[in-house]
Amino acid sequence: MTVAAISFYLFAISLLTGGLLTVISRNPVHSVLWLILSFISAAGLFVLLGAEFVAMLLIIVYVGAVAVLFLFVVMMLDVDFAELKAEMAKYMPLALLIGIILLMQFGLAFGNWHMADGAEGARAAVTPEGVENTKALGMLLYDKYFILFQLAGLILLVAMIGAIVLTLRHRSDVKRQDVLAQMYRDPAKAMELKDVRPGQGL
Amino acid sequence: MQADLTVILPEIVLSFYALAALLGAAYTGQDRMAGMLVWLTAGLMTALALWIGTTGEGTRTAFDGMFNDDGFARFAKVTILLSAAAVLVMGQEYMARRDLLRFEYPLLIALSAVGMMMMVSAGDLMALYMGLELQSLALYVVASLRRDSVKSTEAGLKYFVLGALSSGLLLYGASLTYGYAGTTLFSGIIEAADGRAPLGLLIGLVFVLAGLAFKVSAVPFHMWTPDVYEGAPTPITAFFATAPKVAAMGLFARVVHDAYGGIVTDWQQVIAVLSLLSMFLGAIAAIGQTDIKRLMAYSSIAHMGYALMGLASGTVFGVQAMLIYMAIYVTMNVGTFAFILSMERDNRPVTDIMSLNMYSRAHPGRALAMLILLFSLAGVPPLLGFFGKLYVLRAAYEGGLAWLAVAGVIASVIGAFYYLRIVYYMYFGEEREPLETGRSPVQWGFLMASAAIMLLGIINMFGVEGMAQAAAATLVN
Repeated sequence: MTVAAISFYLFAISLLTGGLLTVISRNPVHSVLWLILSFISAAGLFVLLGAEFVAMLLIIVYVGAVAVLFLFVVMMLDVDFAELKAEMAKYMPLALLIGIILLMQFGLAFGNWHMADGAEGARAAVTPEGVENTKALGMLLYDKYFILFQLAGLILLVAMIGAIVLTLRHRSDVKRQDVLAQMYRDPAKAMELKDVRPGQGL
Repeated sequence: MQADLTVILPEIVLSFYALAALLGAAYTGQDRMAGMLVWLTAGLMTALALWIGTTGEGTRTAFDGMFNDDGFARFAKVTILLSAAAVLVMGQEYMARRDLLRFEYPLLIALSAVGMMMMVSAGDLMALYMGLELQSLALYVVASLRRDSVKSTEAGLKYFVLGALSSGLLLYGASLTYGYAGTTLFSGIIEAADGRAPLGLLIGLVFVLAGLAFKVSAVPFHMWTPDVYEGAPTPITAFFATAPKVAAMGLFARVVHDAYGGIVTDWQQVIAVLSLLSMFLGAIAAIGQTDIKRLMAYSSIAHMGYALMGLASGTVFGVQAMLIYMAIYVTMNVGTFAFILSMERDNRPVTDIMSLNMYSRAHPGRALAMLILLFSLAGVPPLLGFFGKLYVLRAAYEGGLAWLAVAGVIASVIGAFYYLRIVYYMYFGEEREPLETGRSPVQWGFLMASAAIMLLGIINMFGVEGMAQAAAATLVN
């Protein structure tokens, strides 16, 4: 057995174990930790495939940001998972029924699935020789799919404008801090010193 | 890359304008600039429409076929830009008086117009989806622009949730199509689906059509339309009823002819059923409405049914008929909404139809213009609306869908009832407290111009017929 094969089985087994335990752990915090393990194992598998960019992305974005965010949400918010699960159980028979019907429909539809001639060739996106895949991805994103990338940017911009338009309120009835006004305040004008004698009021 | 960029230059100009204006307004006058920005945006859109309409020639593709610049796209873009500009200018006074004129409003409309221009030019399933989302996302936001009103926020939320659902359907269909053809480019799909439709592609086609039918609000995907039309502020309802409809219809034609052009008989029956249901539901459900905005929602559903009828024929003439129908429909709707925008009493907008009782006595000129528009919407000869219907009916008949054409005539007779009922109220209704009209000369101008077009257009349609023919010829081949 080569090193690559050993590491493949190692990563694959820990990925599957991590995924399974994510679902069946009773404690949600443990679930998130198992999820992180499966992300890291998946990243290892990507490295074995030669897709080092996607592997790094998985670690930086998913483990570094998303999973930690999950952890925070789970720890900060007091979500009663047992109750949620009980709620789920109520709808289980109906969900199962719909699931089975859908599965049967898919079975019927894709039982005789076939592709157009040459579809497989058209779909394959081979990394060009001698180019590392970060660069190859960059060529795709910023060159071939340049317009789609820019449009995605515009869509995100619209989402941001929308969030601001719908939530930002300029209230005129609140006091705001004016730093310059505070700094240029003249103590001589703002305060008056009184010499109060003991036993007498002003 | 250089050549590709020159092809999408109008879109680039509009996006850059939106970005620059957004930055400029945010750092300077904010909402005080809004009125000026509305005019500036409308002016730029008109200029772009003239530019696209006069200089564009031939068929060019950019980005490996993801973006098409052909006669069809240019016709649709000119219609979209002009109607968006008209609606912006028309609603400016209404928005300003009701404190809704935020500086983001014209810019969101401009960005949504960029999305629409992408939609009608799309040559790839991904480009289609990007354009559609850019357009829709901006519309979801402006629908709930009056955020203190429960109805407006409800409209936005409903539109958003159902829009997300329809995007899901569309994406599912697109992925099945990709699974069959192995490419998302329309040119690749049409090659892969030459004359036969295996099950996977067929299911993909049906899901894509369902997603698009939602965007044009064709029955049975119309549920959102009346609520959104009623809840959104009236200028925004006017916008919903014009430019996005043209864009969605253009996209519809683009997808069925460019991507699925090899399997015409398969989509023909789907569109024919959509068309039939839309015409009848639009005609019958509108009868019970008392709110003019809801009524216009059902009216737009019915009109989309007629436009789809042209498309259902699957011929060049069908696409031409659809384009003519959409151009006429948009012109009529601009005029009608100019009228609805001016309906008010004690400075508050009124949308109840009964409030129009004896409107003709106080404002004979406006009442006459509205009468012409309503007759035209109903398709009464010799007005322009009648010719629009005539074209699609002829297209359906020549395309071998005589039953659909007959059904269309019946639905149009049923639908005439509710348009004529408004006319009845305006001229013979019982006397009630009179309606004031808005003071905006812009609205008056659009109302009168639209009515005049309905009358004068019957001479030669201002050449739209020939342009639509040329446009349709570049799409279908």
